[in-house]
Amino acid sequence: MNSYLIKRVMVLFPVLIGMTLIVFSIIHAIPGDPAETILGQKATEQSKQALRNQLGLDKSWLQQYFNYMGDLARGDLGTSIRTKTPIAKEIVPYLAATLELTAASMLFATFVGVNAGILSAWRQNSWFDYTAMIIALIGVSMPIFWLGLMEQLLFALKLHWLPSIGRMDQRNPVETITNLYVLDTILAGRWDQLWTVIKHLILPSIALGTIPMAIIARMTRSSMLEVMNSDYIRTAKAKGMSQFLVVYKHALKNALIPVLTVIGLQTGALLGGAVLTETIFAWPGVGRYIFEAISSRDYPVIQTGILIIAFIFVVINLLVDLLYAAIDPRINYK
Amino acid sequence: MNKWGNLALVLMLGAGLALSGCGGGNNTGNMGNTGGNTAATNAPASSPETSGTAQDTLILGRGGDSASLDPAIVTDGESLKIAHQVFDSLLEYKPGTSEVQASLADSWEVTPDGLSYTFKLHPGVKFHDGTDFNAEAVVFNFQRWSDPASEYKFEGDSFDYYDSMFGPDGARVIKEVKAVDESTVQFVLNQPQAPFLQNIAMTTFGIASPAAVKEKKENFKNEPVGTGPFVFKEWKRNDSITLDKNTAYWKEGLPKLNKVIVRSIPDNSARFTALQNGEIDLMEDLSPDDLSTLESNSALTKIERPPFNVAYLGFNFKKKPFDNVKVRQALSHAVNKQEIIDAFFAGQAQAAVNPMPPSLWGYNDSVKDYEYDLDKAKALLAEAGYPDGLPDPVTLYAMPVSRPYMPDGKKVAEAIQAEWEKIGVKTVIESPEWATYLDDTKAGEKDDIFMLGWTGDNGDPDNFLYTLLDKDAIPGNNRAFYVNEELHTLLTGAQKETDQGKRTELYKQAQEIIKADAPWIPLVHTTPLLAGKANLKGFVPGPTGTEYYSEIYFE
Repeated sequence: MNSYLIKRVMVLFPVLIGMTLIVFSIIHAIPGDPAETILGQKATEQSKQALRNQLGLDKSWLQQYFNYMGDLARGDLGTSIRTKTPIAKEIVPYLAATLELTAASMLFATFVGVNAGILSAWRQNSWFDYTAMIIALIGVSMPIFWLGLMEQLLFALKLHWLPSIGRMDQRNPVETITNLYVLDTILAGRWDQLWTVIKHLILPSIALGTIPMAIIARMTRSSMLEVMNSDYIRTAKAKGMSQFLVVYKHALKNALIPVLTVIGLQTGALLGGAVLTETIFAWPGVGRYIFEAISSRDYPVIQTGILIIAFIFVVINLLVDLLYAAIDPRINYK
Repeated sequence: MNKWGNLALVLMLGAGLALSGCGGGNNTGNMGNTGGNTAATNAPASSPETSGTAQDTLILGRGGDSASLDPAIVTDGESLKIAHQVFDSLLEYKPGTSEVQASLADSWEVTPDGLSYTFKLHPGVKFHDGTDFNAEAVVFNFQRWSDPASEYKFEGDSFDYYDSMFGPDGARVIKEVKAVDESTVQFVLNQPQAPFLQNIAMTTFGIASPAAVKEKKENFKNEPVGTGPFVFKEWKRNDSITLDKNTAYWKEGLPKLNKVIVRSIPDNSARFTALQNGEIDLMEDLSPDDLSTLESNSALTKIERPPFNVAYLGFNFKKKPFDNVKVRQALSHAVNKQEIIDAFFAGQAQAAVNPMPPSLWGYNDSVKDYEYDLDKAKALLAEAGYPDGLPDPVTLYAMPVSRPYMPDGKKVAEAIQAEWEKIGVKTVIESPEWATYLDDTKAGEKDDIFMLGWTGDNGDPDNFLYTLLDKDAIPGNNRAFYVNEELHTLLTGAQKETDQGKRTELYKQAQEIIKADAPWIPLVHTTPLLAGKANLKGFVPGPTGTEYYSEIYFE
């Protein structure tokens, strides 16, 4: 088990180095003079030249890449050109905001998705099955932008149940400790604020969680259907076990492996930031951070941001692989 | 909206709600702890804040975030808006205008040769950190900006506005800044500069606390310290900036608010929803599409910023046949500006005649525009030797991004394309991504005609005419590659002239020359729209898009 873990971690390095190479070459293939974009129309030719020197844009491609890798090896993640602030410091609140939103979305997606999938398989070809799968189909193809705006119209503007934007009530701000507001309010014992923060999470996490929910529901259903037809389930039923236990205890455990893979992949994808959801709900997450860096040609932020996301993604995949073994004793890493 | 989509939506959202806390029921309709002030649209029940004392916290929603909070190192409007609340400059613009008036400096004198300005500073002003504002502080700031080797020019800093307003290193306008005594500071110039006072009043030249710059170093750009009406408290990037009242502000009775929170809400309709829902009190950049909803809501009010910008089509002189004045005039006659304004600006714009807005001094009223007349256009094309229209299709660059002066460049370009088609000019619209767009138009190789705009920085005609159309601005902001020696003489002469009456004359002449040469088709001057709660008072929209929040209060 340990040797397996070490092997897996070792494999991460070439993956990440390959990642830097790809990101670096793509970024440098984007047309547009970064100095001009960064400093704007109003900057002088001199300051643009100074910026080019400072960024090393006058050096060769390979030289720039090695400089960048050298900085990375020393633990220097670079400084944002636009805000002139170290990225390692700047990105933390963005990551926290994304983490919170992802957690809430995946909680929603997994809970609803898995249960809908199980019930659909359990009552295959029933009206519930059909309805759930039609909703799942709509969910997969739903444009997030539209869904988000409709949610705001309905739940904020018409019904006044929920706030439309942001992470908290600005008139009653949360004391920041970890940047995860749910956690911060609990740590501070501010239960009124916790409720407010949760209310701010509901709409964006539904918008963001709808697609993963639909995917998970479909995956659970097909995986469950396969298992439900196997012999041991028939045996369990035959010995008079309650339907509920058969489904949720025996069948689910075996059906869960592919579902877990999907959940892992979706979590990774959401952690990469969700530009659309973040834009509509004014959620200060990592997606918009990188998106804005791209529009202002903030090279260091794009590179480091993508690298961090790639890193998170591979780590999540590793965790999912380890979870397999925990769920299914037949899977054993040696 | 599709009926089935709607049903599915409600079903799904319902499931989500049931999941996330099951608490919808007992809290229905109670936004007391989230919205603070929900009275905006339909809730007749007064919320806690409106029932008792007047609200004293302002929440403003805007599209973007600041890049940095040190005004000296930025050029973007969003950054300067915040700096404007935290810092004071020696002079300031009278609210709602581009006229200069006293601020940190009570009075000033200029020698007849225009080479020395002496400012008397307001006594007893303190920075937010408690240190004194005095002549030494002014000297410190100007040295920081002008000395390329200054130890307070931190990594990544560049003082772009200082360089462009007071000349780059090697060609500085300001020779020396001297502290004559505690409250007197003298500027010695290398050459007279007509817009000197206009420049000094810019937000970017707000005076920072020397002690704070020395102490915070690189971090000063995240934790600014000035003398302004509001004290910086917290910055959550891409989310919010919180400013507290400066209780020791040197202007009597200001600020009226206790706290200002500026939020970044990138999506225009989400921002408008938040305003209607009472989550914010004031919003910038209302879409013209939302105007009718706004006007039907009595709890909200429309606020217009005076137009201080210009959107235009520029002809690329490097490309044939646009070096021919007849062709440029012909195309100028074939643009129906009023129709464009009605269709794409919801009427919130006025047709542009000159390259600068009419609210700016020096504007020439007597210049006549090329009126919309397709017959004249055809006749001019024929005179230029193209009786059947232009033989090759024209590449028209249309802006891929929305700017206050041009909310939807592609649609406007399509309308113009249709008009030009009628006089036999075929147009291909291209709209590459913004950075590439700026690059291409600056190089002038790919585009024949391009669309761009400009918002004034400092209330001086020089900032439009010289900056955008003088031959010195090639390569750079003169993307038409338009060269006219006579114009150059006028514009550079006007820079050195200190008599405003004479300068006005020079700029009026310049506008006539530009009209005759037609290097641009000036399209519109837009009126950027804001929306706020009806009980919000004291907000004076400023032409440069930078306003004081210190006078704002709620009824």
